[in-house]
Amino acid sequence: MKNKTSFLPKEGEAQPSRCPDNSAFKQQRLPAWKPQLTIASVLSCFFLTGAFCITVGVCLVLSANSVREIQIDYSDKCSDCSKLRENSSNWNKECQCSVNFTLKEGDIFMYYGLQNFYQNHRRYVMSRSDAQLLGRNVNRSYCAPFSTYRNGTPMAPCGAIANSIFNDTIDLFYNHNSSVIQVPLLKTGNSWWTDKNVKFRNPDSYNLSSAFAGTARPPYWQKAVYLLDEEDERNNGYVNDDFIIWMRVSAFATFRNLYRRLRRVRHFAEGLPAGNYTFHISYNFPVARFKGRKHVILSTVVWSGGSNPFLGIAYLVSGSAATLTGFVITGIHLKLRKKKTYFQKQ
Amino acid sequence: QTGIFQSLLVRTTQQQGNRKIHRGERALQHTTARACAGKKESKTRLVRSSLLLPEAEPEKSKRTVLACNRLKTTKYTALSFLPKNLFEQFHRLANVYFVFIALLNFVPAVNAFQPELALAPVLFILAVTAIKDLWEDYSRYRSDQEINHMECLVYSRNEKKYISRYWKEVKVGDFVQLRCNEIIPADILLLSSSDPDGLCHIETANLDGETNLKQRQVVRRFLELDSEFDPLKFTSVIECEKPNNDLSRFRGYIIHKSGKKDGLFKENLLLRGCTIRNTEEVAGIVIYAGHETKALLNNNGPRYKRSKLERQMNADVLWCVLILLIMCLFSAIGHGLWVWQYGEKKKPIFDVPGPDGKYLSPVLASVYLFLTVIIVFQVLIPISLYVSIEIVKICQVYFIHQDKDLYDEETDSQLQCRALNITEDLGQVQFIFSDKTGTLTENKMVFRRCTVSGIEYSHDDNAKRLAMYQEPDSEEEEAAPKAGTLSQRDSICSHQSIKVIHRSQSTKTHRRTGSRAEAKRASILSKHTAFSSPMEKDITPDPRLLEKVNECAKHLEVMRSHEQPLSHLSPELCDVFDFFIALTICNTVVVTAPNQPRQKVNRFELKSPVKTIEDFIRRFTPSRLTAGSNSSSSSSLATSKSMHRFGLSTLSSTSTDSTLLKLEENSQQGRTAVGGTPEEGELRYEAESPDEAALVYAARAYNCSLVGRLSDQVSVELPHLGTLSFEVLHTLGFDSIRKRMSVVVRHPLTDEINVYTKGADSVVMDLLLPYDPRGKHQKKIRSKTQNYLNLYAVDGLRTLCIAKRVLSKEEYGCWLKTHLEAESSIENREELLFQSALRIEKNLHLLGATGIEDRLQDGVPETIASLRKAGLQIWVLTGDKQETAVNIAYACKLLDHDEEIITLNTFSNPSELLIFPVLNLLQAVTKSLLIRSNTQGTRLIVLGLVIDGRTLAYALEPALEDKFLALAKRCRSVLCCRSTPLQKSMVVKLVRDKLKAMTLAIGDGANDVSMIQVADVGVGISGQEGMQAVMASDFAIPRFRHLEKLLLVHGHWCYSRLANMVLYFFYKNAMFVALLFWYQFYCGFSGSSMIDQWYLIFFNLFFSSLPQLITGVLDKDVPAEVLIAVPQLYKSGQNMEEYQPHMFWMNMIDAMYQSLVCFFIPYFTYYDSEVDIFSWGTPITTIALFTIILHLAIETKTWHILFLADIYKNIILFFFVALVYNASCPVCHPPSNPYWTMERLMGDPVFYFTCIISPVVALLPRFLYRTLQGTLFPTQLQLGRQLSKLSPETRTQLLTELNVKETIRQTQLLADSFSLSLGSNASHCYRAKNQSTPLPASPQTRESLFREHTKAEHKTDQTAAASPQGAVLYEENKLPSSAGSLERSVGFHDVRCGTSEVESLSVGTTLPWSSAVDQEDFSLLKWITSTPLFSHIGTVLQVSSSSLQNETRDSICVLGSSLHVDFKGLKEESSNCLQDKMKGTPTDHCKNENSETTFL
Repeated sequence: MKNKTSFLPKEGEAQPSRCPDNSAFKQQRLPAWKPQLTIASVLSCFFLTGAFCITVGVCLVLSANSVREIQIDYSDKCSDCSKLRENSSNWNKECQCSVNFTLKEGDIFMYYGLQNFYQNHRRYVMSRSDAQLLGRNVNRSYCAPFSTYRNGTPMAPCGAIANSIFNDTIDLFYNHNSSVIQVPLLKTGNSWWTDKNVKFRNPDSYNLSSAFAGTARPPYWQKAVYLLDEEDERNNGYVNDDFIIWMRVSAFATFRNLYRRLRRVRHFAEGLPAGNYTFHISYNFPVARFKGRKHVILSTVVWSGGSNPFLGIAYLVSGSAATLTGFVITGIHLKLRKKKTYFQKQ
Repeated sequence: QTGIFQSLLVRTTQQQGNRKIHRGERALQHTTARACAGKKESKTRLVRSSLLLPEAEPEKSKRTVLACNRLKTTKYTALSFLPKNLFEQFHRLANVYFVFIALLNFVPAVNAFQPELALAPVLFILAVTAIKDLWEDYSRYRSDQEINHMECLVYSRNEKKYISRYWKEVKVGDFVQLRCNEIIPADILLLSSSDPDGLCHIETANLDGETNLKQRQVVRRFLELDSEFDPLKFTSVIECEKPNNDLSRFRGYIIHKSGKKDGLFKENLLLRGCTIRNTEEVAGIVIYAGHETKALLNNNGPRYKRSKLERQMNADVLWCVLILLIMCLFSAIGHGLWVWQYGEKKKPIFDVPGPDGKYLSPVLASVYLFLTVIIVFQVLIPISLYVSIEIVKICQVYFIHQDKDLYDEETDSQLQCRALNITEDLGQVQFIFSDKTGTLTENKMVFRRCTVSGIEYSHDDNAKRLAMYQEPDSEEEEAAPKAGTLSQRDSICSHQSIKVIHRSQSTKTHRRTGSRAEAKRASILSKHTAFSSPMEKDITPDPRLLEKVNECAKHLEVMRSHEQPLSHLSPELCDVFDFFIALTICNTVVVTAPNQPRQKVNRFELKSPVKTIEDFIRRFTPSRLTAGSNSSSSSSLATSKSMHRFGLSTLSSTSTDSTLLKLEENSQQGRTAVGGTPEEGELRYEAESPDEAALVYAARAYNCSLVGRLSDQVSVELPHLGTLSFEVLHTLGFDSIRKRMSVVVRHPLTDEINVYTKGADSVVMDLLLPYDPRGKHQKKIRSKTQNYLNLYAVDGLRTLCIAKRVLSKEEYGCWLKTHLEAESSIENREELLFQSALRIEKNLHLLGATGIEDRLQDGVPETIASLRKAGLQIWVLTGDKQETAVNIAYACKLLDHDEEIITLNTFSNPSELLIFPVLNLLQAVTKSLLIRSNTQGTRLIVLGLVIDGRTLAYALEPALEDKFLALAKRCRSVLCCRSTPLQKSMVVKLVRDKLKAMTLAIGDGANDVSMIQVADVGVGISGQEGMQAVMASDFAIPRFRHLEKLLLVHGHWCYSRLANMVLYFFYKNAMFVALLFWYQFYCGFSGSSMIDQWYLIFFNLFFSSLPQLITGVLDKDVPAEVLIAVPQLYKSGQNMEEYQPHMFWMNMIDAMYQSLVCFFIPYFTYYDSEVDIFSWGTPITTIALFTIILHLAIETKTWHILFLADIYKNIILFFFVALVYNASCPVCHPPSNPYWTMERLMGDPVFYFTCIISPVVALLPRFLYRTLQGTLFPTQLQLGRQLSKLSPETRTQLLTELNVKETIRQTQLLADSFSLSLGSNASHCYRAKNQSTPLPASPQTRESLFREHTKAEHKTDQTAAASPQGAVLYEENKLPSSAGSLERSVGFHDVRCGTSEVESLSVGTTLPWSSAVDQEDFSLLKWITSTPLFSHIGTVLQVSSSSLQNETRDSICVLGSSLHVDFKGLKEESSNCLQDKMKGTPTDHCKNENSETTFL
């Protein structure tokens, strides 16, 4: 109390009592549940958790097992191309190679997979301009050094992510009775709807090439952005699905991106039939430099995701661990109960 | 930097000062200067009237030196707020760190987050603190304004009268007029008063809380002014000290135009903040204004202490910093290697070159990365921790405030927390240092017994009546019959006067009529109004004494009518008469009237009728009227006054007949007054200390009542005699060094100069006439009185001796000369006055002694017992007498009768007599005892230590303090008597520093302030004795018993809550940051984070902060009832069980485990999938949130509604924020862009499965651990929690079991903690006395004890008490018991070991000392006292000494040696003597297991 406060005369003699209120809150007597963490009280908890986890685990494992998947590493199988691509001066040389494989049953999603490609590198992740991808012409400070060329021409799209786009072309052929049928694959609809419709937008103009006039393709690109898919206007420029998918940087250095989906027509109405297939790959993307691998993956998808059984196993393991612990502590509890050991230790 | 500023400032002011001096000199010639600062070295200030020639005012520079009266306690102005506040905030290292991190973000090469975003949390926290500061400052500003705009009357030169001005306009040199009940605006020198004697009463409650009125006096020369004081004519210059904060000191002098000087003292100064009382009008000149007033200089703001927990926490924060650095270093090196592995040329496509297109070298990259990850991992240093802790503490304080149990209905006061930041220290206290008076006791003095000239008057009726009062008198219905019996008893007392009966009836009616509430209110009022409640005021006189008083009065009446000299009275009656006169007048009690009781009550209604007080004073000071009407007496007053100045020439002028005339007048007046008193009500006495009031009330019970006091006159109303007016020549006030006070009066009957002295018996007894004219009789009286004094002390009464001295006029004249010199000296007045007092207070004639009871507060023994069970060591540090203290200690169960009491006393210590050897010996003894108790395991040895101030002084010497501490630590309770405030604080400091213990000091008076300030936690009792202790304290409680709940419940809660919260904070941040760290392994240590920057930055602030705050404020690990019922639970706080160093690491490890789970389950789930960085990071954030909150839920013991609500709120909030944020806009948050991520995730079952399994797996171990621990190895606290669920019956049953076990455990602990180091220092000789404490002792023992106290000679006779005899005797007694013999042999062996070590050392020193002994005449004594019941020490000492006597006679053990040397001659006879004596009562000793043995 400072003196000055007590200088002030207080009004009236009938001062209200300073006795604090007798409310539950002020007296810290709020109704509360006081859980006692003793074996007796938590036994059910363990068993319930165990039961729940095991159930979920079984479901997950079953569903993961139902996934059919084939993964083919083609980074070495096309060794010639791989060597060619090591030298970045050969960027514009075409290189084709093909990979044969046998498929037992139908898979409908086609991925390309990369290993050791650190898409999650901090500076790499940052090196993009979302505004530019929305078709705005804005400051692309985050894109440096893949922002402009020396002569001042801005790159479209800018940034390291765009620059390093996966540019292999993979075609799938079905060797059906000695005839080779190209499997019809969907290029579009692979990316998130929001990405395609909200996050990525081409600059407004009467046509794409004029929209990107005054810009140049990124250094690693073989063609300009408005030439990504010349067949489909709605899959060209920034809204190209392959581009959009690539721009969604992966969480790990080993990842896969959805490349194509099966178009279920004719032979393939029931998915891919069993038989021999061939990938025709236009080999552009260099991986040897960073000891990377490239895969192409064909897989089905279930409600619980891909073929990764980890989650299911995790549930099973923790479920059984919980149950086991439950039994153990039940044992302890029963043993202790006989002794009646309250306040045994002082 | 501030230092530089300050020194600069000082220098400039000095220069200004110098300039001013020159100007000042000039000004002096022109007499223009209003005021000027003196030279720095002169240390004085000159004040002149501001009314003189105001044209000189332009000299502005001069005026700036003196503070104006404007109060400014604000720290900031509108302009300076931002820079100043920021500057202050950046004193906190954490803030600097966070700003540094935020600024790092602006470096492009390093930045991790959007720079603006990274600033947000820092700014948020700075803003919160700034707003808090601003609000505080604003409220200060408002109250400043209010005070600055209060009005007072200031003399205006132009209008030639006092006009109303604001306080802030008052300047030094102004003349201020004050009316009654006005508050003094500045420090004012009193120049005029409406009181004819130039007096003025002020109430200083605002300043020091003392509720009595203080007298102030007009400066002497102005008193003699014939006309009204006119400020315009004031031309004097006042020279006084520089402003300082010493409230009790003011020195200076006033130089008149004529060149004469007058001294100025504190009696002349009205202090700002006090209130004028009882005086119609005063005027004075302002000496100090504004911030230079003593009140404001004394006003230091709240204190900031750093709590123990916070210190520990800071250490762990440093660990966090270290962990952070290691993590960053690891990442940096990792990144360097990662970059390096790709080589110079083959840069991978994802390694983005710098903006200039060049790749960074591995080294440079790792350096940059280091800085980047510091930013990314910054959360590890909990940014919100400090803010959270502050918030939590404020809330905790709020709840402590709100606790009903800490509210005292009687005084309508509740607990005040004055320090906001050490609440958790309350839960860790290990040592309590308590004052006794006012803290353990009520400090309401009740007169209990007295002894006059050697005859004891036990006041049994009074005791009985008090006993009745002590019963709870809340049942008002029963009050009436009780009062009835009271009056009955009163009437039984044949000599009861009408007045007493009337009084008791008045209390009766009061009690009867009043409803319950009204009675309560009345009691509250009475507590506010005076020290004395009706209980203390009503004293039933002892019939014998009353008879004597009446007889005496009758004699006097007869003598007066026959004009006989007073000496015809028998010496005893004379003593009785003088005794009561002394009780009545030897004090500073102010008399007021009851209907206008105490202004303190009226403080709230400032406009109360003032006049009536004055009327009352007039009406009830009949003698004053007499003095006014009677020319002779007034002339005698005048002469006495002139005498002060001119020496003693007129001393003998007053004639006897004039006195008699006066007496007659007085008696008439007195009779009317007697008649008038009952109708108008009683007089009320206001005393500086409750003792005084109690004595005055006691005297009144014997019809010897004080009816009026003026500065130079005291009126006493006596039966038959009427009112006697004593002319007070001097009052030598009480001080703690002299421990007495005296008044010098002229006796109206005998016209002698009498000195009445009242003081502590220890000092007064030494001042008695050494040479006894009345021979043996007087000697007998003296020893009898001493005996009774000791008895009183044993009963726990406060004793005071009353003595008198008759001065011859020559003696007085001699003394007066020096005294006047002392009074008028300016330099060291206090010391001279002290010396002067010493000169007159000698050769006293003992009149009698009084015993005043200071009753224990409610619930003190219970509180002490419970605190002790809680493992707190309670030390009582008191200034009181040892015996009183010991007995109070017994009464409040601080000491127990089955406790060994070690008493250390030193008597008159000339050189460096050390207690070293005693301590050594005691250690040896205690060790042996403990060993024995260990081997036997049956008996519990509890030690208590009693030490007095003088011994303490030696014990606190550097060489000894360790020993002392080692001994004291082992004692269950320590009692330091007669200790000075400084010693109190030294003891606290010693324990605090040496034992590294958490100390709490509790006290209520100004003498406890230093102790309260030194202790870790200072607690003040907002009781009777002023506010100083409260002002100095961290917590102020109304009663001692509230300490129990404050410590055991709130302290424990605060500690456990805060400890848990801090630990949780560390865990939470570590867990969150570790997630990011693991990710570095998968992103090439590039410093990227999968958690969106927004989550990262605001996670702590928004999503996970509130639940832990709620837990920190409201969690109750154990309910309050259990904490009270099982005080042992408090030990968890003392042992820091909730927050031990390893717990930090355990939490870190747990955090690491949990983060591993939370990282790798999503990792493996999403491994080799098309998941993108934020689609993967968001589940992790979610999982982390779940885990963190569920972790808190496990750690929270009470899930009340707020907590649950907040948990739900947080989870919902997170999803809501995430959804909104992820849908807000696709480009807003570069570089991260988690657009629509959450929405997509929430449509994916894998997300849910991941979010369910991860927290479960993460928390399973902790959950299991808590479960197993709660069942298998429950801590005390967990058991306590279980207790709360049991039914009350089982609970009590368990508790009793618990207590039994507890005691056993304590013993073992005591033994374990025992470590001994036998001293190897040179030991001086000493005498140790092993003596039984008196309580169960036989009368004989008690008697002998008293006799020993009485005189040194007696001491030698009796306490030469040859130890061998006692020992032998004891041994004989002991031998038959087979159990005892085993014990004895063990103990015996040990002591021999101990003594043989000491022995070699003591040999060399015994001889020189023996000569010293002769000189000291045995006044050199040290006592080791032990209680009888289990006199283990006694046993061992006895056995050892006897054995030494028998077996190794020539070998000198410590005890034996001293015995040998000291009493070579005496030994034989004394031992014989004692032998006889002891043999007389061997059975007693046997029976009581009680032996008295002395080693000398």
